[in-house]
Amino acid sequence: MCTQTLVLDIRNLKSHFFTAKGEVPAVDGVSIQVPAGKIIGLVGESGCGKSMTAMSIMGLLRYPGKIVDGTITLDGRDITHLRPKELAKIRGNEISMIFQEPMTSLNPVYPVGRQVQEAILLHQKIPKEEAKKRVLEIFRAVGIPEPEKRYHSYPHQLSGGLRQRVMIGMAMVCRPKVMVADEPTTALDVTIEAQILRLMKQLCDEQGTSIILITHNLGVVAEICDYVYVMYAGKVMEQAETFSLFEQACHPYTQGLLQSIPKLDEKVEWLHTIKGVVPNLLHLPKGCSFCTRCSQAGRRCFEEQPGLYETIQGHGVRCFQYESGVRLDGE
Amino acid sequence: MNDKIEKNISSQIGEEDTWLDKGKTLVRQNKIAAFSALVILLILLAAIFAPLVAPYDHLEQSLADRLKDPSAAHWLGTDELGRDVLSRIIFGARISLTIGLVPTLISMAIGTVLGLCAGFYGGKTDFIIMRLADVMLAFPSLLLAMVVMYTMGGGLVNIFIALSLVNWAGTARIVRSQTLSLKEKEFVEAARSMGVGKWTIMFRHILPNCLPSLIVLFTLNIPAAILSEASLSFLGIGAQPPSPSWGLMAVRGKKYLFSEPWLSIAPSAAIMVVVLAFNFLGDGLRDILDPYLKEQ
Amino acid sequence: MENKNPKKILLEARNLVKEFPIGKSKGRLQAVHAVTDVSLSLYEGETLALVGESGCGKSTLGRLLIRLLEPTSGQILFDGEDITSLDEAAFSCYRKQMQIIFQDPYASLNPRMSVKKIIGEPLSTHGMKNKKEREARVKALMKEVGIAEEFYNRYPHQFSGGQRQRIGIARAIALNPKLIICDEPVSALDVSIQSQVLNLLKGLQMRYGLTYLFISHDLSVVKFIADRVCVMFLGNICEVGDTEELYQHPLHPYTRFLLNAIPKADPRLRSQDKELLAGELPSPVHPPSGCRFHTRCPYAKGLCRQKVPESRQIGGRQVFCHFPLEG
Repeated sequence: MCTQTLVLDIRNLKSHFFTAKGEVPAVDGVSIQVPAGKIIGLVGESGCGKSMTAMSIMGLLRYPGKIVDGTITLDGRDITHLRPKELAKIRGNEISMIFQEPMTSLNPVYPVGRQVQEAILLHQKIPKEEAKKRVLEIFRAVGIPEPEKRYHSYPHQLSGGLRQRVMIGMAMVCRPKVMVADEPTTALDVTIEAQILRLMKQLCDEQGTSIILITHNLGVVAEICDYVYVMYAGKVMEQAETFSLFEQACHPYTQGLLQSIPKLDEKVEWLHTIKGVVPNLLHLPKGCSFCTRCSQAGRRCFEEQPGLYETIQGHGVRCFQYESGVRLDGE
Repeated sequence: MNDKIEKNISSQIGEEDTWLDKGKTLVRQNKIAAFSALVILLILLAAIFAPLVAPYDHLEQSLADRLKDPSAAHWLGTDELGRDVLSRIIFGARISLTIGLVPTLISMAIGTVLGLCAGFYGGKTDFIIMRLADVMLAFPSLLLAMVVMYTMGGGLVNIFIALSLVNWAGTARIVRSQTLSLKEKEFVEAARSMGVGKWTIMFRHILPNCLPSLIVLFTLNIPAAILSEASLSFLGIGAQPPSPSWGLMAVRGKKYLFSEPWLSIAPSAAIMVVVLAFNFLGDGLRDILDPYLKEQ
Repeated sequence: MENKNPKKILLEARNLVKEFPIGKSKGRLQAVHAVTDVSLSLYEGETLALVGESGCGKSTLGRLLIRLLEPTSGQILFDGEDITSLDEAAFSCYRKQMQIIFQDPYASLNPRMSVKKIIGEPLSTHGMKNKKEREARVKALMKEVGIAEEFYNRYPHQFSGGQRQRIGIARAIALNPKLIICDEPVSALDVSIQSQVLNLLKGLQMRYGLTYLFISHDLSVVKFIADRVCVMFLGNICEVGDTEELYQHPLHPYTRFLLNAIPKADPRLRSQDKELLAGELPSPVHPPSGCRFHTRCPYAKGLCRQKVPESRQIGGRQVFCHFPLEG
């Protein structure tokens, strides 16, 4: 990982949520490295802090959520605490985002073509006609059939899959260095999901855009990601190259997750389960945040917080079982 | 997105906000609303304990003290019959608040039942109730109240009746629209799948979920009722003398507007303070209780 | 599962049709054709999965079968009795025998009712008036689905999604029903919770001999829980058959594409070069003529555009396709 150039480097990010009941450490010391032209998976269950991480990266987090510590470096430039005006310049241009439900991020009263055109004109000074030509090009690139006709369609006239293609097109217009995709296929049917995933992989390969793919679906991760971060209760529990993770998951949580998924190619009487429920973020255990559900937890897991230890090159695990490895997160 | 994250987090820390938490949020986010709540509480206490709080009896006349300027003895002066204005305003708060609360409660109860029926049954029931409501809303409510008052005569009880009959339509509309969306919810479907009766579904499943909106609406309807009473009394068909109704006091002081302006300004200011306080509180409550209403 | 002797049919649908009118256009009444001419049998004690993408009519069909929706035409038979046009009073005793579990654990529980009231409601509605008796039953049910008794007085918002779904399950089994419609019961849940709930459902079925109609879009979940699978596309049935056989040798092209499209949790099975289904779902207001799948089907021929395929039996499986794939 270290040898490649990093376009996005997140170090020790802490984003907290200030509620009436207290301060919630929703993102608690997350470090993510995004090399150029790679797809990075950020996977975890609801409430693990993956969406909050995305919002922090985009500078979209609003009160009661707040970045309290850490740095986000985009292409060598610290963007953690930029003013709104400077952020607006970067957003959509160098870093863009697509959401789970494209309907809510498209304006229902304008044709989609015009919205994409405006996204171009916002960041580039080119004539309108040329911008329109670019839009049609992009529509073709993201696989929208009959782009001239679709240019004048309103969002509600498009199916979920087409809307997501428009969103991806809009996110790609300025050839951003990084695209953050928050559950981009969760609202779609499997056959459409497969199309969209293939499209994202293709754009990443052809245009060299790095993608941070946030998902709860390990299948999606296995399908297109190069490197994976597994999050739980605000922390990265395990990080590894995709093949390494699926071949040899080290953290008990990752192992449990992988075993819980019903498999297509085997018939089992009972599914493996991870006992218990996700801990209350306001009352996290003193030690490892997974200790209450872990089948391998020892006494120390309840007392001390484990660091992130390297097992093999590029594979980090937050578990005392791997303490012999080099510690990746500095204290 | 931020909303989604917030919802996610609050569901993860186990509990939704309790009423106490909502109160805290109100104080933190909307200082004016919190202050208004305090003002309303004080006025309410003053009204309840009026005989203890008021310096004089509000009906006690003293012709020797007619039309006195504000002084240490009479903070807001005295009126043309020598009655202490401050005491009359404190006692008048009883009238205004009762007028604010009772007819509003009655009209909202009527509106809620009609709105529930309209939304739940749909079809002809819905058509008839909602057209009736449209007619009510199209007609200037004050005019309607005046018609009722003229036919039945003045007096507080008749004001209750007039205002109750006039103001149900707005409530009916809001309850109906909420019922329409709530009856499609899965928990209502679940109740139907178990064979739960229609009335039980309406009053146990749908109505309690309308409550936040109804509370907000209640705080916003109170000042409207207070204003209506003041207007009716001002026009001489509401409260009758010697009642210390604020509207009545304002009109009686009109004669002395240039010589003794406090006689009409003081009750008008009282009306303004109460109405503003309820409106601010209503707005604040709406923001924390009911994002749905805000969008409308 | 290897039960060869003919099983008793618990629920049968005959030529069910459901159309939702959506107003007029150019002087003609328009309707969404949600379910078109569906016939289906559900055997006692089995789990039949209804799978398909959104808009294929699987949820509508589930609701038609327990009469939460009234069919436009067709018949529903429960235990051999025609229940299609019974009035509410006569239907009441059937209501008890068929229950439903919903997808969204947040929307399916009334936020203003405590757990004891939620689980107790079906009991009190169907005649268990004694409070003590009801309390005992509710507590037993809570234990059954894995919710601690001390949460008896809590409200839904004090529970996580998985726990809420357990409460919904307790409510559904309260009246000892024969049939439970499970409408995407785990698709809103996290992976680690999903497996807990699936195991619970399977355990309850074993203990009480329940019959499940399991509606889902997730073929991996269906693989685990279902004995038979019914694949639907745009209001029509494509294929019905035993789970194992159907997954190994899909006969209908749509089934195969559906199986291919699932992202597998194994990077070695990446589908970069696999054949993907192109195009989008056709409009349910103006469904394609003939076989409804023909606009997306790469094997479609002239016949497919003209003629609606009829049911065919191939090796104990039912398939609606003019040119089924080789077994």
